[in-house]
Amino acid sequence: MYPENFRYSKEHEWVLVEGGIGTIGITDHAQQELGDIVYVDLPKPGTRVEQGRSLGSVESVKAVSDVYAPVSGEVTEINPALADAPEKLNADPHGAAWLVKIRLSAPDELPQLMSAADYQTYIGAEK
Amino acid sequence: MPLASPLRRTALNSVHRAMGAKMVEFGGWDMPVQYAGIIAEHMTVRQKVGLFDIGHMGKIEIRGPQAALLTDFVTTNAVAKLRTGQAHYSGLLYENGGFVDDILVHKVAEDDYFLCVNASNQEKDFEHIRAHNRFDATVELTSDRYSQLAIQGPQARATLQKLTPVDLRAIKYYWFADGDVCGVPARIAHTGYTGEDGFEIYFPPTEAESIWTRVLEAGAEFDIKPCGLGARNTLRLEAAMVLYGHEIDASISPLEAGLAWIVKFDKGEFIGREALLQQKESGVTRKLTGFEMTGRPIARDGYEIHWNGAAGWVTSGSPAPALNRNIGLCYLPVEFARPGVAIQVVVRGQPADAMTVETPFYKRAK
Repeated sequence: MYPENFRYSKEHEWVLVEGGIGTIGITDHAQQELGDIVYVDLPKPGTRVEQGRSLGSVESVKAVSDVYAPVSGEVTEINPALADAPEKLNADPHGAAWLVKIRLSAPDELPQLMSAADYQTYIGAEK
Repeated sequence: MPLASPLRRTALNSVHRAMGAKMVEFGGWDMPVQYAGIIAEHMTVRQKVGLFDIGHMGKIEIRGPQAALLTDFVTTNAVAKLRTGQAHYSGLLYENGGFVDDILVHKVAEDDYFLCVNASNQEKDFEHIRAHNRFDATVELTSDRYSQLAIQGPQARATLQKLTPVDLRAIKYYWFADGDVCGVPARIAHTGYTGEDGFEIYFPPTEAESIWTRVLEAGAEFDIKPCGLGARNTLRLEAAMVLYGHEIDASISPLEAGLAWIVKFDKGEFIGREALLQQKESGVTRKLTGFEMTGRPIARDGYEIHWNGAAGWVTSGSPAPALNRNIGLCYLPVEFARPGVAIQVVVRGQPADAMTVETPFYKRAK
Protein backbone atom coordinates (compact mmCIF):
# COMPACT_ATOMS: atom_id res chain seq x y z
CA MET A 1 0.00 0.00 0.00
CA TYR A 2 2.69 2.52 0.98
CA PRO A 3 5.63 2.33 -1.46
CA GLU A 4 8.99 1.63 0.18
CA ASN A 5 10.82 4.12 -2.04
CA PHE A 6 8.67 7.10 -0.91
CA ARG A 7 9.35 9.28 2.11
CA TYR A 8 6.37 10.50 4.13
CA SER A 9 5.54 13.64 6.13
CA LYS A 10 3.48 13.95 9.29
CA GLU A 11 1.01 16.04 7.29
CA HIS A 12 0.39 13.03 5.00
CA GLU A 13 2.33 14.00 1.91
CA TRP A 14 4.76 11.68 0.14
CA VAL A 15 7.83 12.46 -1.94
CA LEU A 16 9.71 10.26 -4.38
CA VAL A 17 13.16 11.64 -5.25
CA GLU A 18 14.76 10.72 -8.55
CA GLY A 19 17.76 12.61 -9.92
CA GLY A 20 17.30 15.70 -7.77
CA ILE A 21 13.60 16.00 -8.63
CA GLY A 22 11.00 15.16 -6.02
CA THR A 23 7.54 14.02 -7.09
CA ILE A 24 5.03 14.98 -4.41
CA GLY A 25 1.57 13.71 -3.60
CA ILE A 26 -0.81 13.06 -0.74
CA THR A 27 -1.04 9.66 0.87
CA ASP A 28 -3.78 7.10 0.57
CA HIS A 29 -4.55 7.72 4.23
CA ALA A 30 -5.01 11.43 3.45
CA GLN A 31 -7.40 10.81 0.56
CA GLN A 32 -9.42 8.43 2.71
CA GLU A 33 -9.71 10.99 5.46
CA LEU A 34 -10.70 13.75 3.02
CA GLY A 35 -13.35 11.78 1.16
CA ASP A 36 -14.55 12.80 -2.32
CA ILE A 37 -11.98 15.24 -3.71
CA VAL A 38 -13.49 17.90 -5.95
CA TYR A 39 -10.81 20.55 -6.45
CA VAL A 40 -7.04 20.77 -6.37
CA ASP A 41 -5.24 24.10 -6.22
CA LEU A 42 -1.55 23.91 -7.16
CA PRO A 43 1.24 26.50 -7.48
CA LYS A 44 2.56 27.62 -10.87
CA PRO A 45 5.80 26.11 -12.15
CA GLY A 46 8.67 28.28 -10.99
CA THR A 47 7.18 28.88 -7.54
CA ARG A 48 9.62 28.38 -4.68
CA VAL A 49 8.26 26.31 -1.84
CA GLU A 50 9.64 25.78 1.62
CA GLN A 51 9.45 22.59 3.67
CA GLY A 52 6.43 22.65 5.98
CA ARG A 53 4.75 25.58 4.21
CA SER A 54 1.55 25.33 2.21
CA LEU A 55 2.11 24.62 -1.46
CA GLY A 56 -1.54 24.37 -2.41
CA SER A 57 -4.79 22.87 -1.31
CA VAL A 58 -7.04 19.91 -1.85
CA GLU A 59 -10.77 20.29 -1.42
CA SER A 60 -13.23 17.55 -0.63
CA VAL A 61 -16.99 18.02 -0.58
CA LYS A 62 -16.69 18.64 3.13
CA ALA A 63 -13.65 20.86 3.56
CA VAL A 64 -10.49 22.43 2.22
CA SER A 65 -7.10 21.14 3.39
CA ASP A 66 -3.65 22.60 2.89
CA VAL A 67 -0.99 20.53 1.20
CA TYR A 68 2.39 21.19 2.83
CA ALA A 69 5.66 20.88 0.99
CA PRO A 70 7.52 17.87 2.41
CA VAL A 71 10.76 19.29 0.95
CA SER A 72 11.98 22.73 -0.16
CA GLY A 73 12.68 23.65 -3.75
CA GLU A 74 11.30 25.03 -6.98
CA VAL A 75 8.17 23.69 -8.65
CA THR A 76 9.13 22.38 -12.11
CA GLU A 77 5.87 20.74 -13.12
CA ILE A 78 2.30 20.31 -11.95
CA ASN A 79 0.06 17.37 -12.76
CA PRO A 80 -2.19 18.63 -15.57
CA ALA A 81 -4.66 15.76 -15.17
CA LEU A 82 -6.00 16.97 -11.83
CA ALA A 83 -7.61 20.20 -13.01
CA ASP A 84 -10.39 18.36 -14.80
CA ALA A 85 -10.32 15.11 -12.85
CA PRO A 86 -9.57 15.85 -9.20
CA GLU A 87 -11.35 12.61 -8.25
CA LYS A 88 -8.25 10.76 -9.51
CA LEU A 89 -6.74 11.67 -6.16
CA ASN A 90 -9.17 9.28 -4.50
CA ALA A 91 -8.40 6.50 -6.97
CA ASP A 92 -4.62 6.62 -7.35
CA PRO A 93 -2.98 8.97 -4.84
CA HIS A 94 0.41 7.23 -4.96
CA GLY A 95 0.55 7.05 -8.76
CA ALA A 96 -1.26 8.90 -11.54
CA ALA A 97 -2.56 11.57 -9.15
CA TRP A 98 0.79 13.00 -8.08
CA LEU A 99 0.52 16.76 -7.45
CA VAL A 100 3.78 18.54 -8.30
CA LYS A 101 7.43 17.95 -9.11
CA ILE A 102 10.01 19.97 -7.24
CA ARG A 103 13.73 20.52 -7.88
CA LEU A 104 15.09 19.97 -4.37
CA SER A 105 17.09 22.85 -2.90
CA ALA A 106 17.87 21.11 0.40
CA PRO A 107 18.21 17.31 -0.06
CA ASP A 108 19.37 17.07 3.57
CA GLU A 109 15.70 17.53 4.54
CA LEU A 110 14.87 14.03 3.29
CA PRO A 111 16.09 12.06 6.32
CA GLN A 112 13.65 14.04 8.48
CA LEU A 113 10.79 12.35 6.64
CA MET A 114 9.39 8.94 7.56
CA SER A 115 9.94 5.60 5.88
CA ALA A 116 6.89 3.62 4.71
CA ALA A 117 7.05 1.44 7.82
CA ASP A 118 7.34 4.44 10.15
CA TYR A 119 4.49 6.21 8.39
CA GLN A 120 2.21 3.20 8.77
CA THR A 121 3.02 3.08 12.47
CA TYR A 122 2.37 6.81 12.63
CA ILE A 123 -1.10 6.66 11.04
CA GLY A 124 -1.92 3.60 13.11
CA ALA A 125 -1.12 5.54 16.26
CA GLU A 126 -3.05 8.57 15.05
CA LYS A 127 -6.27 6.59 14.83
CA MET B 1 -5.35 4.08 24.99
CA PRO B 2 -7.56 7.18 24.92
CA LEU B 3 -9.79 7.95 27.88
CA ALA B 4 -13.47 7.08 27.65
CA SER B 5 -14.98 9.32 25.00
CA PRO B 6 -17.17 12.11 26.34
CA LEU B 7 -19.07 12.14 23.03
CA ARG B 8 -22.67 11.04 23.03
CA ARG B 9 -23.75 8.10 20.91
CA THR B 10 -26.97 7.07 19.26
CA ALA B 11 -28.31 3.53 19.64
CA LEU B 12 -26.77 2.75 16.23
CA ASN B 13 -23.20 3.81 16.98
CA SER B 14 -21.72 0.30 16.85
CA VAL B 15 -23.71 -0.48 13.71
CA HIS B 16 -22.18 2.52 11.93
CA ARG B 17 -18.71 1.47 13.01
CA ALA B 18 -19.28 -2.12 11.93
CA MET B 19 -20.45 -0.86 8.51
CA GLY B 20 -17.24 1.11 8.07
CA ALA B 21 -18.67 4.60 8.44
CA LYS B 22 -16.26 7.45 8.99
CA MET B 23 -17.21 8.94 12.35
CA VAL B 24 -16.89 12.59 13.34
CA GLU B 25 -17.78 14.76 16.29
CA PHE B 26 -20.94 16.76 15.57
CA GLY B 27 -22.34 19.03 18.27
CA GLY B 28 -21.07 16.74 21.02
CA TRP B 29 -22.16 13.56 19.26
CA ASP B 30 -20.13 10.79 17.64
CA MET B 31 -21.89 10.53 14.28
CA PRO B 32 -21.26 8.99 10.84
CA VAL B 33 -20.22 11.68 8.35
CA GLN B 34 -20.11 9.23 5.46
CA TYR B 35 -20.12 5.57 4.50
CA ALA B 36 -19.20 5.12 0.83
CA GLY B 37 -18.74 8.80 0.03
CA ILE B 38 -20.72 12.02 0.27
CA ILE B 39 -21.33 12.38 -3.47
CA ALA B 40 -22.61 8.81 -3.90
CA GLU B 41 -24.85 9.14 -0.86
CA HIS B 42 -26.16 12.51 -1.98
CA MET B 43 -27.04 11.20 -5.44
CA THR B 44 -28.71 8.12 -3.97
CA VAL B 45 -31.11 10.36 -2.07
CA ARG B 46 -31.79 12.48 -5.16
CA GLN B 47 -32.36 9.47 -7.42
CA LYS B 48 -33.32 6.49 -5.24
CA VAL B 49 -33.46 6.31 -1.46
CA GLY B 50 -31.11 6.88 1.45
CA LEU B 51 -31.27 6.01 5.16
CA PHE B 52 -29.98 8.36 7.86
CA ASP B 53 -29.56 7.80 11.59
CA ILE B 54 -30.66 11.08 13.12
CA GLY B 55 -31.14 9.71 16.61
CA HIS B 56 -29.05 12.60 17.94
CA MET B 57 -31.96 15.01 17.37
CA GLY B 58 -33.58 16.19 20.61
CA LYS B 59 -37.20 15.61 21.61
CA ILE B 60 -39.20 17.80 23.93
CA GLU B 61 -42.79 16.99 24.84
CA ILE B 62 -45.25 19.58 26.09
CA ARG B 63 -48.43 18.22 27.65
CA GLY B 64 -51.34 19.40 29.74
CA PRO B 65 -54.51 21.50 29.53
CA GLN B 66 -52.51 24.57 28.43
CA ALA B 67 -49.89 22.76 26.33
CA ALA B 68 -51.06 24.59 23.21
CA LEU B 69 -50.81 27.97 24.93
CA LEU B 70 -47.26 27.32 26.12
CA THR B 71 -46.15 25.93 22.76
CA ASP B 72 -47.69 28.91 21.00
CA PHE B 73 -46.05 31.38 23.40
CA VAL B 74 -42.52 30.03 22.94
CA THR B 75 -42.67 29.53 19.16
CA THR B 76 -43.22 31.80 16.16
CA ASN B 77 -45.60 29.72 14.04
CA ALA B 78 -49.35 29.49 14.74
CA VAL B 79 -49.91 26.43 16.93
CA ALA B 80 -53.68 27.06 16.96
CA LYS B 81 -53.74 26.39 13.22
CA LEU B 82 -52.24 22.92 13.62
CA ARG B 83 -54.64 20.01 13.36
CA THR B 84 -54.06 16.80 15.29
CA GLY B 85 -51.60 14.74 13.25
CA GLN B 86 -50.06 17.79 11.60
CA ALA B 87 -46.57 19.23 12.03
CA HIS B 88 -44.94 22.52 11.19
CA TYR B 89 -41.55 24.16 11.11
CA SER B 90 -41.10 26.91 13.68
CA GLY B 91 -38.70 29.13 15.56
CA LEU B 92 -37.86 29.27 19.24
CA LEU B 93 -36.71 32.85 19.85
CA TYR B 94 -35.16 35.03 22.50
CA GLU B 95 -36.87 38.32 23.43
CA ASN B 96 -34.46 40.12 21.06
CA GLY B 97 -35.73 38.09 18.10
CA GLY B 98 -32.64 35.89 17.73
CA PHE B 99 -32.95 32.12 17.46
CA VAL B 100 -32.72 29.78 20.41
CA ASP B 101 -33.33 27.03 17.85
CA ASP B 102 -35.35 26.05 14.80
CA ILE B 103 -37.70 23.14 15.45
CA LEU B 104 -40.52 20.93 14.23
CA VAL B 105 -43.75 20.98 16.25
CA HIS B 106 -46.05 17.95 15.94
CA LYS B 107 -49.56 18.15 17.34
CA VAL B 108 -50.22 14.70 18.84
CA ALA B 109 -53.44 15.74 20.63
CA GLU B 110 -55.08 18.93 21.87
CA ASP B 111 -53.01 18.63 25.04
CA ASP B 112 -49.89 16.97 23.61
CA TYR B 113 -47.14 18.55 21.44
CA PHE B 114 -44.00 16.74 20.28
CA LEU B 115 -41.04 18.92 19.40
CA CYS B 116 -38.05 17.73 17.37
CA VAL B 117 -35.08 20.02 18.03
CA ASN B 118 -31.40 20.26 17.13
CA ALA B 119 -29.15 17.84 19.01
CA SER B 120 -26.70 20.38 20.33
CA ASN B 121 -29.47 22.77 21.43
CA GLN B 122 -31.76 20.38 23.27
CA GLU B 123 -30.82 21.22 26.87
CA LYS B 124 -30.84 24.95 26.08
CA ASP B 125 -34.25 24.66 24.38
CA PHE B 126 -35.66 22.68 27.28
CA GLU B 127 -34.46 25.22 29.85
CA HIS B 128 -35.75 28.08 27.71
CA ILE B 129 -39.23 26.58 27.41
CA ARG B 130 -39.35 25.67 31.10
CA ALA B 131 -38.29 29.17 32.11
CA HIS B 132 -41.28 30.58 30.21
CA ASN B 133 -43.78 28.04 31.45
CA ARG B 134 -46.35 30.10 33.29
CA PHE B 135 -49.05 27.78 31.98
CA ASP B 136 -50.79 24.64 33.16
CA ALA B 137 -48.46 22.43 31.14
CA THR B 138 -45.55 20.06 31.68
CA VAL B 139 -42.34 20.15 29.69
CA GLU B 140 -40.19 17.03 29.36
CA LEU B 141 -36.90 16.40 27.59
CA THR B 142 -37.50 12.88 26.26
CA SER B 143 -34.70 12.45 23.69
CA ASP B 144 -33.49 9.23 25.32
CA ARG B 145 -36.83 7.53 24.65
CA TYR B 146 -36.51 7.74 20.86
CA SER B 147 -34.41 6.64 18.00
CA GLN B 148 -34.99 8.59 14.82
CA LEU B 149 -34.36 7.51 11.25
CA ALA B 150 -34.85 9.51 8.06
CA ILE B 151 -35.75 7.59 4.92
CA GLN B 152 -35.41 10.05 2.06
CA GLY B 153 -35.62 9.96 -1.71
CA PRO B 154 -38.05 9.17 -4.53
CA GLN B 155 -38.27 5.52 -3.34
CA ALA B 156 -38.60 6.36 0.36
CA ARG B 157 -42.31 5.65 0.48
CA ALA B 158 -42.04 2.38 -1.43
CA THR B 159 -39.27 1.29 0.93
CA LEU B 160 -41.03 2.17 4.17
CA GLN B 161 -44.43 0.94 3.00
CA LYS B 162 -43.09 -2.64 3.04
CA LEU B 163 -42.53 -2.35 6.78
CA THR B 164 -45.75 -0.74 7.99
CA PRO B 165 -49.50 -1.35 7.68
CA VAL B 166 -50.04 2.44 7.82
CA ASP B 167 -51.05 3.75 4.39
CA LEU B 168 -48.20 6.17 3.72
CA ARG B 169 -49.97 7.76 0.76
CA ALA B 170 -52.60 8.96 3.21
CA ILE B 171 -50.02 10.95 5.19
CA LYS B 172 -49.79 14.35 3.56
CA TYR B 173 -46.57 16.36 3.52
CA TYR B 174 -45.86 17.67 7.01
CA TRP B 175 -48.42 15.36 8.59
CA PHE B 176 -47.67 12.28 10.68
CA ALA B 177 -49.33 9.11 11.93
CA ASP B 178 -48.74 6.95 14.97
CA GLY B 179 -48.68 3.34 13.93
CA ASP B 180 -46.06 0.66 13.74
CA VAL B 181 -42.95 -0.09 11.74
CA CYS B 182 -41.70 -3.71 11.77
CA GLY B 183 -44.30 -4.36 14.46
CA VAL B 184 -42.83 -1.71 16.73
CA PRO B 185 -44.91 1.31 17.83
CA ALA B 186 -43.59 4.24 15.81
CA ARG B 187 -44.40 7.81 14.87
CA ILE B 188 -44.20 8.15 11.09
CA ALA B 189 -43.82 11.73 9.88
CA HIS B 190 -43.85 12.86 6.26
CA THR B 191 -41.00 15.29 6.86
CA GLY B 192 -37.35 15.64 5.94
CA TYR B 193 -34.30 17.80 5.57
CA THR B 194 -33.10 16.87 2.10
CA GLY B 195 -35.37 18.65 -0.40
CA GLU B 196 -36.56 15.19 -1.46
CA ASP B 197 -39.70 13.28 -0.59
CA GLY B 198 -39.33 11.14 2.50
CA PHE B 199 -40.23 10.17 6.03
CA GLU B 200 -38.81 10.52 9.49
CA ILE B 201 -39.70 7.80 11.99
CA TYR B 202 -39.49 7.83 15.78
CA PHE B 203 -39.47 4.65 17.88
CA PRO B 204 -37.88 3.14 21.02
CA PRO B 205 -34.04 2.94 20.84
CA THR B 206 -34.07 -0.73 21.83
CA GLU B 207 -35.47 -1.46 18.36
CA ALA B 208 -32.97 0.68 16.45
CA GLU B 209 -30.67 -2.06 15.18
CA SER B 210 -33.44 -4.29 13.91
CA ILE B 211 -35.37 -1.47 12.23
CA TRP B 212 -32.19 -0.05 10.64
CA THR B 213 -31.45 -3.49 9.19
CA ARG B 214 -35.01 -4.07 8.02
CA VAL B 215 -35.13 -0.68 6.24
CA LEU B 216 -31.88 -1.48 4.42
CA GLU B 217 -33.32 -4.86 3.38
CA ALA B 218 -36.60 -3.30 2.26
CA GLY B 219 -34.74 -0.69 0.20
CA ALA B 220 -32.24 -3.12 -1.34
CA GLU B 221 -34.26 -3.43 -4.55
CA PHE B 222 -33.98 0.36 -4.95
CA ASP B 223 -30.23 0.40 -4.16
CA ILE B 224 -30.77 2.07 -0.81
CA LYS B 225 -27.60 3.38 0.86
CA PRO B 226 -26.88 4.36 4.44
CA CYS B 227 -26.05 8.06 4.43
CA GLY B 228 -24.08 10.24 6.81
CA LEU B 229 -24.20 13.81 7.99
CA GLY B 230 -21.99 14.92 5.08
CA ALA B 231 -24.70 14.14 2.53
CA ARG B 232 -27.38 15.43 4.89
CA ASN B 233 -25.59 18.79 4.81
CA THR B 234 -25.11 19.00 1.03
CA LEU B 235 -28.72 17.90 0.47
CA ARG B 236 -30.17 20.50 2.80
CA LEU B 237 -27.92 23.18 1.31
CA GLU B 238 -29.11 22.45 -2.25
CA ALA B 239 -32.65 22.81 -0.88
CA ALA B 240 -31.55 26.07 0.86
CA MET B 241 -32.73 24.85 4.26
CA VAL B 242 -31.06 26.63 7.16
CA LEU B 243 -28.78 24.95 9.71
CA TYR B 244 -28.50 26.26 13.26
CA GLY B 245 -25.01 27.62 13.94
CA HIS B 246 -24.62 28.53 10.27
CA GLU B 247 -27.56 30.47 8.79
CA ILE B 248 -29.24 31.08 12.14
CA ASP B 249 -28.14 31.61 15.73
CA ALA B 250 -28.87 33.88 18.71
CA SER B 251 -27.85 36.97 16.72
CA ILE B 252 -30.03 36.30 13.65
CA SER B 253 -33.79 36.82 13.37
CA PRO B 254 -36.22 34.86 11.19
CA LEU B 255 -36.84 38.00 9.12
CA GLU B 256 -33.15 38.18 8.25
CA ALA B 257 -32.97 34.44 7.54
CA GLY B 258 -35.79 34.52 4.97
CA LEU B 259 -38.08 32.76 7.43
CA ALA B 260 -40.79 35.40 7.77
CA TRP B 261 -43.24 32.66 6.73
CA ILE B 262 -42.84 30.94 10.11
CA VAL B 263 -43.57 34.16 12.02
CA LYS B 264 -47.30 34.71 12.61
CA PHE B 265 -47.64 38.20 14.11
CA ASP B 266 -51.42 38.00 14.09
CA LYS B 267 -51.55 35.00 16.42
CA GLY B 268 -50.98 37.12 19.54
CA GLU B 269 -48.21 37.33 22.07
CA PHE B 270 -45.06 35.20 21.70
CA ILE B 271 -41.45 35.54 22.77
CA GLY B 272 -39.57 37.79 20.37
CA ARG B 273 -42.68 39.34 18.85
CA GLU B 274 -41.92 42.94 19.91
CA ALA B 275 -38.36 42.81 18.60
CA LEU B 276 -39.50 41.32 15.29
CA LEU B 277 -42.27 43.89 14.88
CA GLN B 278 -39.75 46.66 15.38
CA GLN B 279 -37.40 45.03 12.90
CA LYS B 280 -40.24 44.63 10.42
CA GLU B 281 -41.15 48.31 10.70
CA SER B 282 -37.61 49.66 10.46
CA GLY B 283 -36.60 47.02 7.90
CA VAL B 284 -33.81 44.45 8.22
CA THR B 285 -30.29 45.53 7.26
CA ARG B 286 -29.04 42.13 6.10
CA LYS B 287 -30.64 39.14 4.48
CA LEU B 288 -29.79 35.55 3.74
CA THR B 289 -29.01 35.17 0.04
CA GLY B 290 -28.02 32.31 -2.23
CA PHE B 291 -25.03 32.50 -4.53
CA GLU B 292 -23.17 30.44 -7.09
CA MET B 293 -19.45 30.57 -7.70
CA THR B 294 -18.59 31.66 -11.23
CA GLY B 295 -15.35 29.68 -11.50
CA ARG B 296 -13.75 26.67 -9.82
CA PRO B 297 -13.10 27.93 -6.28
CA ILE B 298 -15.39 26.69 -3.53
CA ALA B 299 -16.82 29.02 -0.89
CA ARG B 300 -16.74 27.70 2.65
CA ASP B 301 -18.50 28.62 5.87
CA GLY B 302 -17.13 31.84 7.34
CA TYR B 303 -15.49 33.21 4.18
CA GLU B 304 -15.96 36.96 3.68
CA ILE B 305 -18.08 38.43 0.91
CA HIS B 306 -16.88 41.61 -0.81
CA TRP B 307 -18.87 44.13 -2.76
CA ASN B 308 -16.91 47.37 -2.82
CA GLY B 309 -15.37 46.35 0.50
CA ALA B 310 -16.48 43.90 3.16
CA ALA B 311 -20.18 43.26 2.70
CA GLY B 312 -21.09 39.99 4.35
CA TRP B 313 -20.13 36.42 5.10
CA VAL B 314 -20.73 32.91 3.88
CA THR B 315 -22.89 30.83 6.23
CA SER B 316 -22.61 27.56 4.27
CA GLY B 317 -20.68 26.82 1.10
CA SER B 318 -20.05 23.59 -0.73
CA PRO B 319 -20.00 21.82 -4.04
CA ALA B 320 -23.58 20.87 -4.94
CA PRO B 321 -23.31 17.25 -6.09
CA ALA B 322 -26.67 17.12 -7.91
CA LEU B 323 -26.14 20.46 -9.64
CA ASN B 324 -22.46 20.27 -10.51
CA ARG B 325 -21.91 23.80 -9.28
CA ASN B 326 -20.36 25.38 -6.22
CA ILE B 327 -23.05 27.04 -4.19
CA GLY B 328 -23.51 28.82 -0.91
CA LEU B 329 -25.68 30.88 1.38
CA CYS B 330 -24.50 34.21 2.75
CA TYR B 331 -25.63 37.30 4.57
CA LEU B 332 -25.56 40.46 2.47
CA PRO B 333 -26.70 44.05 3.07
CA VAL B 334 -30.37 44.09 2.13
CA GLU B 335 -29.76 46.33 -0.91
CA PHE B 336 -27.70 43.52 -2.57
CA ALA B 337 -29.79 40.67 -1.27
CA ARG B 338 -31.50 39.80 -4.54
CA PRO B 339 -30.64 37.51 -7.45
CA GLY B 340 -28.27 38.68 -10.17
CA VAL B 341 -25.77 40.68 -8.13
CA ALA B 342 -22.08 40.08 -8.89
CA ILE B 343 -20.18 39.59 -5.63
CA GLN B 344 -16.77 38.30 -4.64
CA VAL B 345 -16.03 35.62 -2.08
CA VAL B 346 -12.61 35.78 -0.45
CA VAL B 347 -11.29 32.25 -0.92
CA ARG B 348 -8.03 31.71 0.95
CA GLY B 349 -7.08 35.36 0.56
CA GLN B 350 -8.03 35.61 -3.12
CA PRO B 351 -11.26 37.26 -4.28
CA ALA B 352 -13.30 34.85 -6.40
CA ASP B 353 -16.29 35.85 -8.52
CA ALA B 354 -19.77 34.72 -7.61
CA MET B 355 -23.32 35.69 -8.50
CA THR B 356 -26.34 35.85 -6.25
CA VAL B 357 -29.17 33.51 -7.34
CA GLU B 358 -32.70 32.47 -6.48
CA THR B 359 -33.11 29.79 -3.82
CA PRO B 360 -33.67 26.93 -3.41
CA PHE B 361 -30.83 25.85 -5.67
CA TYR B 362 -32.52 22.50 -6.13
CA LYS B 363 -36.22 21.83 -6.36
CA ARG B 364 -37.54 18.34 -6.87
CA ALA B 365 -39.98 17.66 -9.69
CA LYS B 366 -43.42 17.14 -8.17
